[in-house]
Amino acid sequence: MGRWLAARVAHAIVTLAVAATLLFFLMRIVPGDPLSRLSDDRPISPREIARLRERYGLDQPLGRQYAAFLSGTARGDLGVSIEFGRPVTRLIAERLPATLLLGGTVLLLNFTLGLWLGVRQAVRRGGATDRWLEIASLAGYSVPSFWLGLLLAWLAATRWRILPSGGMHDVLLGPDAGMVPVTIDVLRHLVLPALTLSLVSIAATMRYQRTAMLEALALPFVQTARAKGIAERRVVWHHAWRNALFPVITLFGLWLPILVTGSVFVEQVFAWPGLGSLAAGAVGGRDYPLLMGTALLASALVVAGGLIADLLYALLDPRVRHA
Amino acid sequence: MTPLLEVRDLRISFPTGGGRITPVDGVSFALERGRTLALVGESGCGKSLTSLAVLQLVPAPGVIDPSSRIRLGDTDLLALRGEALREVRGRRIGMIFQDPMTSLNPVFTVGDQIAEGILAHFDVPRREAMARAERLVGEVGIGDAKARLTAYPHQLSGGMRQRVMIAIALAAEPEILIADEPTTALDVTVQAQILEVLDGLRESRGMAVLLITHDLGIVAGRADRVAVMYAGQIVEEAPTAELFERPSHPYTQGLFASVPRLEGPLSRLTPIRGTVPPPTAWPAGCRFRPRCPIVHPRSETMPPLLDVGPDHRMRCWLAEGET
Amino acid sequence: MSPAGALLRAVWRRMSGRIGVVVLAAMITGAVAGPFVLPSPIAQPDIEHGGRPPSLAHPMGTDQLSRDVLARVAGGARVSLSVAAIAVAMSIGVGALVGLFAGYKGGAVDAVAMRLVDAALAIPRLFLLLLLLALWERIPLVVFIVAVGATGWFGTSRLVRGEVLRLRESEYVAAARALGGGGGRIMFRHLLPNAIGPLLVAATLGVGDVILLEAGLSFLGLGIQPPTPSWGGMIFDAREVLVTAPWASVFPALAITLTVLAANLIGDALRDAADPRSA
Repeated sequence: MGRWLAARVAHAIVTLAVAATLLFFLMRIVPGDPLSRLSDDRPISPREIARLRERYGLDQPLGRQYAAFLSGTARGDLGVSIEFGRPVTRLIAERLPATLLLGGTVLLLNFTLGLWLGVRQAVRRGGATDRWLEIASLAGYSVPSFWLGLLLAWLAATRWRILPSGGMHDVLLGPDAGMVPVTIDVLRHLVLPALTLSLVSIAATMRYQRTAMLEALALPFVQTARAKGIAERRVVWHHAWRNALFPVITLFGLWLPILVTGSVFVEQVFAWPGLGSLAAGAVGGRDYPLLMGTALLASALVVAGGLIADLLYALLDPRVRHA
Repeated sequence: MTPLLEVRDLRISFPTGGGRITPVDGVSFALERGRTLALVGESGCGKSLTSLAVLQLVPAPGVIDPSSRIRLGDTDLLALRGEALREVRGRRIGMIFQDPMTSLNPVFTVGDQIAEGILAHFDVPRREAMARAERLVGEVGIGDAKARLTAYPHQLSGGMRQRVMIAIALAAEPEILIADEPTTALDVTVQAQILEVLDGLRESRGMAVLLITHDLGIVAGRADRVAVMYAGQIVEEAPTAELFERPSHPYTQGLFASVPRLEGPLSRLTPIRGTVPPPTAWPAGCRFRPRCPIVHPRSETMPPLLDVGPDHRMRCWLAEGET
Repeated sequence: MSPAGALLRAVWRRMSGRIGVVVLAAMITGAVAGPFVLPSPIAQPDIEHGGRPPSLAHPMGTDQLSRDVLARVAGGARVSLSVAAIAVAMSIGVGALVGLFAGYKGGAVDAVAMRLVDAALAIPRLFLLLLLLALWERIPLVVFIVAVGATGWFGTSRLVRGEVLRLRESEYVAAARALGGGGGRIMFRHLLPNAIGPLLVAATLGVGDVILLEAGLSFLGLGIQPPTPSWGGMIFDAREVLVTAPWASVFPALAITLTVLAANLIGDALRDAADPRSA
């Protein structure tokens, strides 16, 4: 187990390092260098650009640039944002909590409601509930997330005026407001982005769980369990579901990219101050160190998700645990 | 004397793309207290489905025809639902399945899986259930019972797993044990051991046994009565000695002719010509007709079960000439 | 009947697959026939009075620049569907080639290729596209298609490689080799056809993904550039009039949703047909 873990972590690190390399060279195959388009959007003199180019080492040979990039990344130095003039890592650190709150909520919804619905579908396979849930979840998956967000924002904030349409805090709430009002305020802001992102992502979880559960329910040991005379609820959740969990754990690794991608659009729509809107803003500002930094972080999240999934797998499956 | 378990006119059908099929078509038999009845037939003849129907374990989308009757003493088993059904499963009728590799849940320990059946039917603390599980594991001939309780199925051999299956089926001390091809998936030497364990338990507990098998060899000296099934119907039924002495239905005769015998004159093994047709291709009239070496002139009409001798009946027009 | 033909027939037999095929066929018909029967998608007949609600003359209304929304949805179908088709064809082709070679050659080739694919799969596709597209002043259509196609083949290559590994040691490949079949012949005549089913599934689902991606990139200003109509671009253009002229974004959004839904329904039906166990 110890050796397996070490090998798995090493694999994750290598993957991330190769991903970073891919990202670096990707930036270089785009015509011109990353700073050449700066003057399109803001008044900036050619001298200023030359100064920036020097600062970012873009006047150096490619090999040296790559070495600098790798050593910087390894030390946790992702450069300085052009737009904000501050270290990218600092900006990311500031935005991370908001994204974790949003992502965590969506993750929680997926892995509670989504799994539960998927199991219900499998148990009532072919029934009306199964079919409607199937269609509803597929529809959610097929809607462009930003458009759904705009629609919900218009409905809830403009039409019904029940929820704030964007941001994370009410500006009218003073800095001396107590814990409780602030928490409630943040939660109210959280509802719409979390709902949007959940609606577009829950289909994948449900369908995965449904398929896995159908397979598990068809396994002979489920019949053994029923023949024992235990409650059907226990047959479903204790026996079948424990085994249908493994494919879903694998999904966890596949699932983070969906979340990271979705958060770019949804955070942008709702002005949620997280990494997604940071990345979207970096696109608009042609802030390539910031864009690079967020892309690296997104990749790190995906790799970490795969690692966590493998760990969970090993913890839950005695066949792996004792291997 | 009223039989302990009585199956009357059991019909199980499945919807398919081209209409309904009825893989179990009018099966009737009775099992006396403390006796062993063998249900013999090739795979696909409906014998396993028949045994599953007793505990309402027929897999979806299979449907038991409402005119079918299965009685356990005074209880109408097919009318039971929910709690009442669970009280019969495991407690009054225990069941062993064919494949010990897949019939145990891979993620729970042997002890948990045995104790579960005890806890489902007896109001005992977990410790007591575990102690009983340990005794059972010893009883089915597994050495070092205490250590085995914490093992997972994948850590055991096939024979060991089938012993565990038996322990699970016996956990709640049932009056009837249904053994569905209990040794088919095992090596020949292990088969003998498992049968020995079953014989011992049947005697010490005075259980009635419904033995489902394709192997006439394990029926002799073990079963009190034999019912031979072909294409969803019982084609011959008699006390074991009588059937072995005077196999009368051409199908039963064919089964004996294709099994090498130790006693009697050495004769050529003659397999039954053709193959078992699937339920979609059963002929009208006598279902064995296309493969029958004799073919009675009246075989265009389905024969009923006719007496061939005292307590000996078969589904063949030839019986008419004999009595 | 060819395996692909049998699969398509099986899709048609399923209700969900049939709905998907009909919706997609309707979209394609609109895309092809639109220019002949509808006004020009870029004409601005009445620039002073844009954003008209649906009427007989303009069944889906007009946008803020007084362009006919129906004509633009049809024109967008042309662009969005062909972009998706070309990009997906590219992804599937490259993915199949890489998977075939990696799986068949094995050894170091396979190890290196799959390590790279693993790393590429770790970067969410959207971020790859942001990096590729963010620095252009105006993104040429060709560049857009190539970028989308070039970032979509990693999963496909894994899929094909898996299939090749499964079959490489099989008896009939051994037989083909014994008969003196060369590597290329074995790969393309024996191994690739076995992956057709999974590839078709991947391609259909891929079309849905690309259409959603195109819409998302448009929302970030990195999509197909105006005045070429694309569904994503239409929603992006209409974001300011979401409340006053909702039809300008509702109809392209519906078009996207229906098309993606259709692609997914067909993909699911294909998968069920290829692998009845997962139904």
